[in-house]
Amino acid sequence: MIEKNATSKASFSWLLKMALRDGKASGKKLSLFMASIVLGIAAVVSIQSFGVNLKENIALQSRSLMGTDYKIDSNDAPNERILAVLDSLGGADAREISFPSMVSFKGNEGTKLVQVRGIEGGFPFYGSIETNPPEAANRFMAEGGALLDATVMLQLNLKPGDSINIGEITIPISGSLVSIPGSTAVFSSVAPPVVLSYDLIEKTELVQMGSRVKYDFYFVADEELDLRKLRTDLRPILQQENYSIDTHVSSSERLGRRFDNFGKFLNLVAFIALLLGCVGIASAIHIYIKEKLKAVAILKCLGATKRQTFSIYLLQIAGIGLLGGVIGTVLGLVLQQLFPLFLGDLLPVDVEITFSTQVVFMGILLGVFMSVLFALYPLMNTLYVSPLQALRVDEGTSEKSRFAGLLVLLGIFVFIFLFSYWLLRDVRYSLAFVLGILITFSILAGVAHLFMRAIKRFFPTRWGFIARQSLLNLFRPQNQTLILILAIGVGTFLISTLYFTKDVLLAQASLESQANTPNIILLDVQSDQQQAVEALVLEKNLPVLENMPIVTMRLHAINEKTVNEMRRDTMRTIDRWLLNHEFRVSYRNELSISETIVNGEWNTAIADGGPVPISISDNLVRDAALEVGDDVYFNVQGVVLHTRVSSVREVDWSRAQMNFMVVFPEGVLEDAPQFRVITAQTPDAAASAQLQQAVVQEFPNVTIIDIRQILTVVEGILEKISWLINFMAFFSIFTGIIVLLGAVRTSKYQRIRESVLLRTLGAQSRQILKIAALEYFYLGVLGSLSGILLSLGGSQLLAWLVFETPFVPSWVPFLVLLPGITALVLVIGLSNSVSVLKSPPLEVLRREGV
Amino acid sequence: MTKILNIEQLGKTYRSGTKEIPVLQDISFSIEEGETYSIVGPSGSGKTTLLGLCAGLDQPSSGSVYLCGSELSPMTEDARALLRNQKVGFVFQNFQLLPTLTALENVVVPMELQGLKNAAKAGMDLLDQVGLADRFHHYPSQLSGGEQQRVAVARAFSNNPSILFADEPTGNLDADTGEKIVELLFNLNKERGTTLVIVTHDLELAQKTQTILKLKGGRIAAKEKGFA
Repeated sequence: MIEKNATSKASFSWLLKMALRDGKASGKKLSLFMASIVLGIAAVVSIQSFGVNLKENIALQSRSLMGTDYKIDSNDAPNERILAVLDSLGGADAREISFPSMVSFKGNEGTKLVQVRGIEGGFPFYGSIETNPPEAANRFMAEGGALLDATVMLQLNLKPGDSINIGEITIPISGSLVSIPGSTAVFSSVAPPVVLSYDLIEKTELVQMGSRVKYDFYFVADEELDLRKLRTDLRPILQQENYSIDTHVSSSERLGRRFDNFGKFLNLVAFIALLLGCVGIASAIHIYIKEKLKAVAILKCLGATKRQTFSIYLLQIAGIGLLGGVIGTVLGLVLQQLFPLFLGDLLPVDVEITFSTQVVFMGILLGVFMSVLFALYPLMNTLYVSPLQALRVDEGTSEKSRFAGLLVLLGIFVFIFLFSYWLLRDVRYSLAFVLGILITFSILAGVAHLFMRAIKRFFPTRWGFIARQSLLNLFRPQNQTLILILAIGVGTFLISTLYFTKDVLLAQASLESQANTPNIILLDVQSDQQQAVEALVLEKNLPVLENMPIVTMRLHAINEKTVNEMRRDTMRTIDRWLLNHEFRVSYRNELSISETIVNGEWNTAIADGGPVPISISDNLVRDAALEVGDDVYFNVQGVVLHTRVSSVREVDWSRAQMNFMVVFPEGVLEDAPQFRVITAQTPDAAASAQLQQAVVQEFPNVTIIDIRQILTVVEGILEKISWLINFMAFFSIFTGIIVLLGAVRTSKYQRIRESVLLRTLGAQSRQILKIAALEYFYLGVLGSLSGILLSLGGSQLLAWLVFETPFVPSWVPFLVLLPGITALVLVIGLSNSVSVLKSPPLEVLRREGV
Repeated sequence: MTKILNIEQLGKTYRSGTKEIPVLQDISFSIEEGETYSIVGPSGSGKTTLLGLCAGLDQPSSGSVYLCGSELSPMTEDARALLRNQKVGFVFQNFQLLPTLTALENVVVPMELQGLKNAAKAGMDLLDQVGLADRFHHYPSQLSGGEQQRVAVARAFSNNPSILFADEPTGNLDADTGEKIVELLFNLNKERGTTLVIVTHDLELAQKTQTILKLKGGRIAAKEKGFA
């Protein structure tokens, strides 16, 4: 007698054995499923592992990166109070004075905007100055020479021993500067460093009114000194004098965070590749399990319970997930070695690649978890198979539980949300990411469904046999339309989004093409030099576009609340950066073409003894919590000036011209110490070089910014970053191809019967191939076109809402991706059919076990 | 003699849309231990449905089935699976071997489900009895139809069942091979004392059993003695 609640007691090891036996014979069918996991995991692991390594290396090399334990710095020359603070710390171990300036070279026509760094003492205390020849680092101070950025040396064909003109001095170049602590590669691209002895700075006579000079004081700390505490204690005191303190610890944390943001973006790209792989998993398992239902019915006939049959396939899938996770993790760890090659000098440190156990564990676990999660829904079919199916009886298959299905779907979305939260650490961004995925997948699924319904509804019954048959294949039972359009669509969407986003970024950075916009900016022109500088520009037959006065000032109070009171107020609504900011203010009576009044009135009438009406930019309304009518007090180099906000301007900051947060009316600041900014337009690089040369020779204190050169730097950086993004996107493409291969391959078993039947009825190979070709052509075009259009819409939204710039989309996705991906789908699809057609029908049936 | 299978007032109805279609009505019969029994009838008479209900593969709409002393209806699906595993063997018309398992692996599945040790050795003995010991590592697709059915017979006897249900065991085989399979089934029935229930179209085969149950339109049309 068997108890009515009794159950079979086959052991776990038997389930494992069955999973292995079955898996061994189904290896070919499961290999594509595993490949989907491998690539997704490799993408995530490579980015994660590289991120961990980069962070660790930054932390390890934090002292060498900064060259010191901590530094105190400001754009103001030290006053008595600051000198007292420096004395209380035992005096600085080294000091530096730095500023941007134009330099020229003797015997060479070139001029260059550089960052002049005058160094005193033993700086750097950690790390070293790398030069070529190496001994130049030790002797440049003693011989009164300079170290010049290695790239500039190469660009201008300079060699050690040549001379450099910095302001009023001409000194020899001791060697080329390869690296120096405290200089970042990105900034160095715009203003490469020139290092010389501190004593020589005064002789250059470049430190004048309006010069943007930075003063740094470097300290070596005792081992036991708590740098975090020191920073907390000194910060409020230093802030009152517009000074700040930075330690190697906080500096490396900040640097780590900056790369973290970029890493998060790449992580999401990798995660999308993984999700695409998961679509592959779900599709492959759906067909795989469908083929296994007969075996499940037989096993149930032989006495296996539904839990046992379910467990056999669950174990099999988890096993493949584990194997895929391991292979993917190893591949990811190997691939991360390529990242430093892509990023080059954008990386602040030499990254020594090590293996993080946390990342390895994550990769393997992710392989198992995602495989099981995405296989769960199709796997549930095994639970509802009746053993009667083994007996030629089709009745008896119960309906899959709707509730269980919804639960699995919910689990998938919860997992995507949690994993993206783990990557981004921001609930809103994670929700937006999940929503974005949901919308993308829904739109693509909607397109597929609409397509199938449209064909059904408007079926061209008069078309020939081949055309009709190819269309019929798109909506027949067990068709692959949805899964192929999803796979092709998501892959194309990703790649074309990368192209379009690059277009958006370049459109924003591209300033040169705008007519009548300046591409040369002359800074720090002293008031008594302005006429001569203007004359020089005109002499070169170049137009002077603007000549604006600049007066520097700091915030003193807002509505009777002083800056110091605001610093102490923990509930303040004003952004901290404003409290120490040195405003560069201009005065004029007209709006410029990049400005529009959005609130209040443009008022230039100054009442006797009353506050001065000023106009502020809209970002100040937000950051300083200011409104029209608020009183603002500015400290204009020692004199407190009472002003009142009369209007708010919306400023188009992307225009290549001088824009200001605060604009005064004429008649107030004319007598204040000031300097001028002159903008001009040069038709080409040669005219720009000639102007720069002439200005540097006659007015060495004037700094020239050539926007063309900056654009080249920006493009260079974008190029490097886009290499890495493209690399990551290729994971998605490869995963997409594997999903495609998987989908096509799984559909092969359904097609064989049909093809064999058609051939038996007399259809020629050519006809069967044409049917398949047309079907894959429809799917390729529809999938890739949907992906491209979807990404075009997304990029347009990004351009409008985030970058606020119109952009002209690249034709590359339409001209290359659309035909390329369609051809790929066609090739994969047809290669599948060819193997079926080469053999006689009976042989095919026997070989494929149909 | 003890009744190994007892069917009382059995009925089965399928629903097609709003319509109820009776497949089996008012079926009652019993089978003694060690007996050979055949169920015959034209296509659509309900033979296979009856076999499924007798083996506990489906639930009846009315009536009851007692198999090896246990009433099947109140049992859970898992308990019925356990009963099949311990007491029942199956031979199917289209063999129904697991395509991803070798001949030996197919034979040992019922024993392994019971957690028996030395299943492989017992499996080899059974394959030897059906004359396929040298083909133990072959997959079903590498065997002929007759060989596949011999493996299926070996599997059906591997759990030493009290009752064996054979659904058209010769339906997919040529006459000679079919003859050999029938001989094998009856020999094993004799050697092991297993009750044999065969569903078939083949009256010649039915005549070899002790009792023949004739079905027509889902009802018992006649119950006759065979030549056995």
